[in-house]
Amino acid sequence: MSAPRTVLVTGASGLLGSAVAALLAGRGHVVRTFQRRPSPAPGTTHVPGSLTDPQAVARAVQGSDAVVHLAAKVSFTGDWNDFAATNIHGTAGLLKAARAAGVRDFVQVSSPSVAHFGSAIAGAPAGRADPARARGHYARSKAAAELLALAEDGPGFRVAAVRPHIVWGPGDTQLVERVLSRARAGRLPLLDRGAALIDTTYLDNAAEAVVRTLERMEHTRGQAVVVTNGEPRPVGELLAGICTAAGVRPPAWSVPGWLARGAGTAIEHAWTAAGRRGWVHDEPPMTRFLAEQLSTAHWFDQRRTRELLDWTPALGIDDGLRRLAEHYQGAR
Amino acid sequence: MVAGGAAAGRSARTLPGVQLWPGVQPWPGVRPGWSRTVEVPSTAACDRPGTVHRWHVLDNGPELQARGVEPAGTLLCVHGNPTWSYLWRSLLAAATDAPASHDSASHDAASHDAAPWRVVAVDQLDMGFSARTGTFRRLADRVGDLGDLTAALGLARRGDPRPVVTVGHDWGGIISLGWALRHREPLAGVVLANTAVHPAGFSLPPALRLALHPAVHGWGTTTTPAFLRVTHALARPALAPAVRAAFMAPYLTPARRAGVGNFVADIPAGPGHPSWPALEEISSGVRTLDVPALLLWGPQDPVFSDRYLRDLLDRLPHADVHRFEGAGHLLPEDRDIASPVLRWLGSTAGSAPPAESAPPAELPVPAGTPEAAGAPGAGTEAEAAPYRALTAELEERRADRTPAIVDMAPLGLARRGTSRGPDPRTLSWAELAADVGALARGLASAGVRPGDRVSLLVPPGIELTTLIYACLRLGAVAVLADAGLGRAGLGRAIIGAGPAWLVGIDRALAGARLLGWPGARISVGPVSGARRRALGVRHTVPELLSAGRRLTAGRDPDPLPAPEPDAEAAVLFTSGSTGPAKGVSYTHRRLAAMRDTLKATYGLQAGSALVAGFAPFALLGPALGATSVTPDMDVTAPRTLTATALARAVAAVDATAVFASPAALANVLATAGDLDSAGRAALGRVSLLLSAGAPIPEPLLARVQELVPRASLHTPYGMTEALPVTDIDLPGIREAGTGNGVCVGTPVAGARVRVLPLSAAGVPGSVPTAGADITGEIVVAAPHVKERYDRLWITQQESASLPGWHRTGDVGHFDAEGRLWVEGRLGHLLTTPEGIRTPVAAEHAAASAPGAGRAAVVGVGPAGTQAAVAVVEAVPPVRRAGPAEPGLAARVRAAVAAGTGIRLAAVLVVPGLPTDIRHNSKVDRTALAGWASRVLAGERAGSP
Repeated sequence: MSAPRTVLVTGASGLLGSAVAALLAGRGHVVRTFQRRPSPAPGTTHVPGSLTDPQAVARAVQGSDAVVHLAAKVSFTGDWNDFAATNIHGTAGLLKAARAAGVRDFVQVSSPSVAHFGSAIAGAPAGRADPARARGHYARSKAAAELLALAEDGPGFRVAAVRPHIVWGPGDTQLVERVLSRARAGRLPLLDRGAALIDTTYLDNAAEAVVRTLERMEHTRGQAVVVTNGEPRPVGELLAGICTAAGVRPPAWSVPGWLARGAGTAIEHAWTAAGRRGWVHDEPPMTRFLAEQLSTAHWFDQRRTRELLDWTPALGIDDGLRRLAEHYQGAR
Repeated sequence: MVAGGAAAGRSARTLPGVQLWPGVQPWPGVRPGWSRTVEVPSTAACDRPGTVHRWHVLDNGPELQARGVEPAGTLLCVHGNPTWSYLWRSLLAAATDAPASHDSASHDAASHDAAPWRVVAVDQLDMGFSARTGTFRRLADRVGDLGDLTAALGLARRGDPRPVVTVGHDWGGIISLGWALRHREPLAGVVLANTAVHPAGFSLPPALRLALHPAVHGWGTTTTPAFLRVTHALARPALAPAVRAAFMAPYLTPARRAGVGNFVADIPAGPGHPSWPALEEISSGVRTLDVPALLLWGPQDPVFSDRYLRDLLDRLPHADVHRFEGAGHLLPEDRDIASPVLRWLGSTAGSAPPAESAPPAELPVPAGTPEAAGAPGAGTEAEAAPYRALTAELEERRADRTPAIVDMAPLGLARRGTSRGPDPRTLSWAELAADVGALARGLASAGVRPGDRVSLLVPPGIELTTLIYACLRLGAVAVLADAGLGRAGLGRAIIGAGPAWLVGIDRALAGARLLGWPGARISVGPVSGARRRALGVRHTVPELLSAGRRLTAGRDPDPLPAPEPDAEAAVLFTSGSTGPAKGVSYTHRRLAAMRDTLKATYGLQAGSALVAGFAPFALLGPALGATSVTPDMDVTAPRTLTATALARAVAAVDATAVFASPAALANVLATAGDLDSAGRAALGRVSLLLSAGAPIPEPLLARVQELVPRASLHTPYGMTEALPVTDIDLPGIREAGTGNGVCVGTPVAGARVRVLPLSAAGVPGSVPTAGADITGEIVVAAPHVKERYDRLWITQQESASLPGWHRTGDVGHFDAEGRLWVEGRLGHLLTTPEGIRTPVAAEHAAASAPGAGRAAVVGVGPAGTQAAVAVVEAVPPVRRAGPAEPGLAARVRAAVAAGTGIRLAAVLVVPGLPTDIRHNSKVDRTALAGWASRVLAGERAGSP
């Protein structure tokens, strides 16, 4: 365990951000969080503000030893300028402010999608982020942000990037709740019978890995590591597990992946156009990115990650599903 | 005369037809500095005196010199038509980079000494980037040209001790041999790939005949690049575009292609051709070459097919051969020939004899193992039994009127389905001995010579047994390819073995005729005149028998000389469950040792009687002096053996021993209800039952025990290359219980068994051990292990890389009691992030899960970080392959985790696992892993 430090966690109102903030606070660090809404993490101080506000950013980093940067615009759809403003320029501003404020360590929380170019990934290493080839606005902007951040690594200012892959757990609105609401509505198909093998990360493991990235900065600096549970599963089995844990009927129908990928593109365009006109306000039922995620393998070589972080996941997928079930039983 | 172009320079230089700029590499795989030109005075009759030609060669000599490396010798590489020296670039690279002897101190048992060699790969005149001479150069000119070049290069100078090995492909083969015959002093070996030298009865392959046709020739070879394109398209897999462009580079215009057309026109199609005498001189001269020879062949060559390989083997009988099943004419492009050539050079040609290598030290046998305790039959290295010919028992029983063979379903009768069954046919020892003697003599009179290969496409029974022993008596080599290889596999096996004779039933002869299988055809039964002509039958077995009887009648002729114990006796075939079936060659001595091992292990004494439901052992019946009964069954499908047929066979001769495969026994159990009381009683008298060919599950064996209550139930472990290796009986199986793999018991009499421990990466080491709980590649040393793989020099080298041992490719371990457990195949290891895992125990655990049947466990993803995947046959069966439903997946996952600790990433279900035809049990896990990878990547993969 490292000596207590003052750590700024951005984006700590989200699922992973609040878990990271809580974990750091629990280890005796002074934790400040920076985002619009307060973080539910206990024992942390809230600095309200937005990444796109330079003055608020400067306030937030003041007096911090380290920054864990999770705040980002996450969506399957939306306008590129919004992604660029938050994810690229926001990160650039935060890096600049942190350096100016004498921050020593900076953990950029990134995404494996920054190096995922649409084809299947089977046991691959992290790979280099590539804004030109990453798929979708989110991944492109995050790729650019990761490159910016890692380029700042140097004497006196250490930067590492960590890419947790598909984080889920109790209270998750990004994946679990979406899966469940679609399944409840009968709108969750399996693509190619859910055969694609995918890695995911249980929430607690992801939070631990992010903290380890900071604690092991002398090993992780200048690098990007992908973090997963190291237990790839067919996507259909995972979705069924999540549904079963929540007492929802698992998806039973399958569409061919090629059809969904094609349809996803069309629906995505239609939805974006409709959204501009104010006709719809939710996310489209299928996007090309989502179709790719659900129909092609993406699982990773975790050997280097585990060596660099000196870490293995404490909870397996089945442990996570049990916790999810307990969560929903408690809520019922 | 000499085509334009500046001399080879340091920076920019121009060769005809191609621009080379510094830093630009137009020929992928060719290193800067290899390409050079040489001015060569010509002595050719077709040139005016004083003519000098500029040759282009690829030569690694300067690079070796720059590195300060003294090469072991020179490889003189000669391309054919229409390629150029570019064909040999992989050989140049490997020969340059081979470790020099002084820094190859550490090498494991698997690698031979490969030393650096100088490689001079020439572009023949009018070809590649050598000069366009404007003359028509014939074979004799080209052989002389090559000599002019080597003289100019200072190669093969008189008194120069450095060896030269020629390497030739296509028509470069005969030109290189022509050079070899004129430069015998430095010649240390010849390497040939897909070539031909045969003038007698030389019939041009159809593809070449077309290319030579006046209507096509000029247009196809010169005016257009059609001949080049067609040749390049022969590569399997296809050439990369940049490589194809490099092959095309010297031949971009009709003028530059003149040599290509002339080369084709110089093919001596008949005695009237101007190059015929030169061809004949070389092809007969080849017989006088006694230097080591290596023949590398791509069998999928539409031009230089296997018949030319057989012809070369006839001329160079001592040659080492490797046929690359699936490769074609452009063999150096299709496969890695560089590593085997260098390994071969290190092991044979031109290099100093290898330092006396002591056999590898062996870890001590731990106390308590049967071997250490000297338990009988546990593989102590007993004195090898004195050699006794396989036909010796027959000779001794010439007067014995008791049955030697009983065929429950003789050829030509209804084979199955009749309630009564066909009438059995019996042959006494005296009759068998007489028939074997007569047939051997009849075969000899028909021209079958000792050493000739005779393919026997005859189902088990009296005819097959008589034929096999006649071949053994004569010294001819029985090629035993069985229908269990499948139709395509059977054809590949026969073509690969290249028999001079082919004996078959009608159907086999028709197939041989249709598919062009080699071998003069002999019918096993009588055939009518019209059918005889249609099938191209030269002889029939009844005729040969009669001829032989006439020759021996009334007088005692000079006996046929007995074959040498170490002469080749038979070629058997592996099941081909993982890739094409491999031919396995046995000598008389080794087959005799197999007989002795069976006899000692199972107490099969002369005078006992056995039911032969499993071919390899059954054929040894007459050698053992045991009466053998062939049951009424379709031998191509073991599952057709019924309980009643088995009982009839047992009853026919009061058999005490039964040899059968697990698939046959499964059907015997399924049909046991049809047995009458006499049948049950007959089975009740059986004292030994051997289940061979594949592992048999204990529950199945237990049910067999109920059917043969007084029998001792044994199941041997072995392979076509070593039969048997270990043995275990039913009580032994029960005592062993479950463990990591299948317990196959202890080594049989005369066999030593060890494992080569695996490294963390799954690579076997070189020190054999019998230590407990050490997983490694299983190795066997026994007098009955195969002599060698047939025409698979590389495979043989790998299997025998540890002197004295046969590497089985199986992985397993010994337990504390000295029992061997088989865990899977070396090629089927899972390399997970947690380490090396073996599949068999996990497969048993998966199959034990409710709703799961037979299972295979494979690794998908990159080595070292593979995900473990179970592929199972669901119960009840599924119609479509795909992911298992979550409930089944969870059960299989839990069972495998509990049984082996392996965490499965996924469980897939299939309607049926793909297995080998012969045993219906061996799964090609490598192919299955490929299929699983595609499914789990989200591709549409269908069924495996």
